[in-house]
Amino acid sequence: MCAKKIHPEERAAEFLYKDNIHEPLHDMHLWASRMKRDEQAANIPEWEEFRDLASEIKRHTLTNLDHYLEQFEKNATAKGAIVHWARDAEEHNKTVYEILKSHQVTDVIKSKSMLQEECNMAPYLEERGIVLTESDLGERIQQLDHEAPSHIVVPAVHKTKEDIAALFAKAIGTDPNNSDPHYLSESMRQHARPIFMKAQAGMTGANFAVAETGSFVVCTNEGNADIGAAVPPLHIASIGIEKLVPTLDDLSIFIRMLSRSALGSKITQYTSHFTGPRSGGELHIILTDNGRSKRLGMPDFWESLKCIKCGACMNTCPVYRRGSGMAYNYTYSGPIGIILDPSVDEERFSELPYHSSLCGSCSQVCPVKIDIAEQIRKWRRVMAAHNRLPLTRRLAFKVGGYVLANPKLFRMGEAGAYEGLKLMPDFMIYNKLLNAWGRHREMPPFAKETFRDWYLKNKKQ
Amino acid sequence: MNSEAREQILNSIRNNKPENVPYSPLRDFSSSGVEGNILELFKKHLKEAFANWHEVNTMDEAISLIHQLHPDAKVICSATPEITGNRPIHAADDPHSLEDVDVGVIRAKFGVAENGAVWLTQEDLIVNALGFLSQHLIILLDPDKIVGNMHSAYKKVELEKHNYGCFMMGPSATADINAVHIDGAQGARSLNVFFIKQMTIV
Amino acid sequence: MKVGLFIPCFVDAVYPEVGIATLQLLERLGVEVEYPLNQTCCGQPMANEGDQKDSAGAEANFVENFKGYEYIVGPSGSCVAHVRHFMDAIPYTPEAANVRKRTYELVEFITDILKITEFPWAEFNHPLTIHNSCSAIRSLNIAKPSEVMGKHFDKTADLLTKVKGIELVPIDRYDECCGFGGTFCVTDEAVSASMGQDKNADIERHGAKYVVSTDMSCLMHMQGIARRNKTDLQFLHVAQILNNGPFVSDENSIKA
Repeated sequence: MCAKKIHPEERAAEFLYKDNIHEPLHDMHLWASRMKRDEQAANIPEWEEFRDLASEIKRHTLTNLDHYLEQFEKNATAKGAIVHWARDAEEHNKTVYEILKSHQVTDVIKSKSMLQEECNMAPYLEERGIVLTESDLGERIQQLDHEAPSHIVVPAVHKTKEDIAALFAKAIGTDPNNSDPHYLSESMRQHARPIFMKAQAGMTGANFAVAETGSFVVCTNEGNADIGAAVPPLHIASIGIEKLVPTLDDLSIFIRMLSRSALGSKITQYTSHFTGPRSGGELHIILTDNGRSKRLGMPDFWESLKCIKCGACMNTCPVYRRGSGMAYNYTYSGPIGIILDPSVDEERFSELPYHSSLCGSCSQVCPVKIDIAEQIRKWRRVMAAHNRLPLTRRLAFKVGGYVLANPKLFRMGEAGAYEGLKLMPDFMIYNKLLNAWGRHREMPPFAKETFRDWYLKNKKQ
Repeated sequence: MNSEAREQILNSIRNNKPENVPYSPLRDFSSSGVEGNILELFKKHLKEAFANWHEVNTMDEAISLIHQLHPDAKVICSATPEITGNRPIHAADDPHSLEDVDVGVIRAKFGVAENGAVWLTQEDLIVNALGFLSQHLIILLDPDKIVGNMHSAYKKVELEKHNYGCFMMGPSATADINAVHIDGAQGARSLNVFFIKQMTIV
Repeated sequence: MKVGLFIPCFVDAVYPEVGIATLQLLERLGVEVEYPLNQTCCGQPMANEGDQKDSAGAEANFVENFKGYEYIVGPSGSCVAHVRHFMDAIPYTPEAANVRKRTYELVEFITDILKITEFPWAEFNHPLTIHNSCSAIRSLNIAKPSEVMGKHFDKTADLLTKVKGIELVPIDRYDECCGFGGTFCVTDEAVSASMGQDKNADIERHGAKYVVSTDMSCLMHMQGIARRNKTDLQFLHVAQILNNGPFVSDENSIKA
């Protein structure tokens, strides 16, 4: 993938300036999730201890990942699951297609999977004549709108109910003037049921894979993954290799933290465990690498693999809430996206690490203690060292660095700024093109006499 | 299956993985977040999860209550021999045949006080789809079979015996549209727990 | 006790009264204060961009100016956080290590080192809200971040509540970032301005007339927005309140 560089700040501005409805609602809903998360976490006295434990369990698992994958494969296979391995997105998609083809499948119902999204599986299958329907309501909304999900937990959170009403009217024939969420949700339920019943295969992702038992876990609020696994006779699960945890005891920590972190509820409505196929069914598991083992070898960034995809970092991020997930233009958005995406395409995503005010809240809400803010800083160093900053910024910092290292030049610079600003006409200072500071802010009140001047006059003996 | 990919992935991991981080088994967290009477805690969290509970003494009472809660139900399918519905269910049934079930009745193995969830396995459901195609669910639960939290729960799940097992907390839900909570997104529109001990069938 | 006074570059040029308040306050608290004349900047602007090459010069100059002091104190959470935690464009020599670990932000210096809790000369009678910067909260542990579980603490509040007449006004999102973020404020201008506007609106909604902070960089951004929106919100550093002044006089600054 070496497509054009993404400019998240431009896309964020587009979302902000759309109107004064979308961004305020988006910000309000996600902040509410963050507040609910705080409330739930406060009710578990051991919360901060759990974060440490969750982090250590994941670090242990990842540093022994080959062992746990082999254990998982052995136990899952013993229970009748068919385990495949895929090195990259292409191999993942090909494997899926071959399984579907060999079962004469033309219609698939799928539940949410970031991995499948990452592999661009949908267009691959659709090009080959497979009809793929998303079953999660938020994902379905995005699918109907030909847009990627914006948030990993609430994929359509950037849309208003009016947006969805208009979309459903066009796509499934509902009343365009009825934006009542109950009506819209019921309409989708009625529309989706027959598709579930017709599908010859159900596809899911997995939130966790337990090595001890060969089981994988899928957490949903709608139960759509369960319908997809329980009705069609074929179940295909795409599982990223980083999803492993050693035992059920370990799993209990993650299950207690996942939905509290994501939505501020104690668990999702459905927490489903699949160990081998259901009676009368067939189960295929595709353990997928797609860059994960390579990331394991990056000393500064491998701990991003601990991620349990809760979205808490997105909910707390003030930049994400204002610019939306659409600004990042990849499967993973928000703070976790900033530290994952550049390892996929350093040039294309070279601006992402700067789409952050470095407030550090993300590191503190992360249930597995990924040092997200630290990794953002490290990515910035990578980008600067690889000359990926835009030329104007590189030059500005070269000059800045030179002046700030030299006391005499610094004093001259200060005096120059003061005198220069006095002379410069307002229309130049506040010109939208020349001065980004001045678009929404008055200039800072530069002082006639600096502190140093005052000190020399009043204090220096 | 695809042993070349398998070997390459495992080798890539072996070559890249950082130094081992040691692992200590967890201490006992069975009382974490569990305060007061377990049954009362379960009831409180069940309600918060948009479900309801009823104390029921006999199976006749249970059946009567089902009809009260769902007067328009045409197809009642019970996976437990304690209650007879009007649609039989067998493990070998095609799941599609359950498409028209209005009320599914299932006995749960145990409940979890921490969140108001019930544990349902493939053996309890007989056909997994019963738990998800039914418009409404009635869950029979022995009030003495409630554990405190998920740590305790995971010691009881016996996944080696059950290819499918689900912690089900309340009905199907979504808040994907304008963050408004909706019951009955895809699966059950409502979930009622009947507290009643398991009856032995003569 | 002798300290080296660290006056961040923008405090020197834009808010000299904060430097004056800091110096006078430390002297009042019994500290001998020296201001190394050749200091420039701690290197944070370049370092935050990831530009190690171009921050090294400023960082080296910082160490050169402040080596040999028992303590270095500066009225800026973000600059001090940079010095203590992120100043590694220069080699970690014993000299650099020593300077870095002895550098303190003013509130933490008064609380943890001087352990002083009385300011009998100070009085402030306007409704006031505290803006604890992200650096102060998450890098320097000056207050507990709201997302971390545990008992709440706030060193800035502890000091300010000792001032006669103080009325602290809580706001809804007390530790949400104001949006300054260094160069972020111009490279991601739309989001930055939106964050600052929301922060100011939260403060005004709760009736505070003054905003006090450990960080003038945040306040510079919030002040710019407040002045553009023609609101009356006033912005002060903690030192100015604890020292009972100086407060800015209009003829000393230019209005651009």
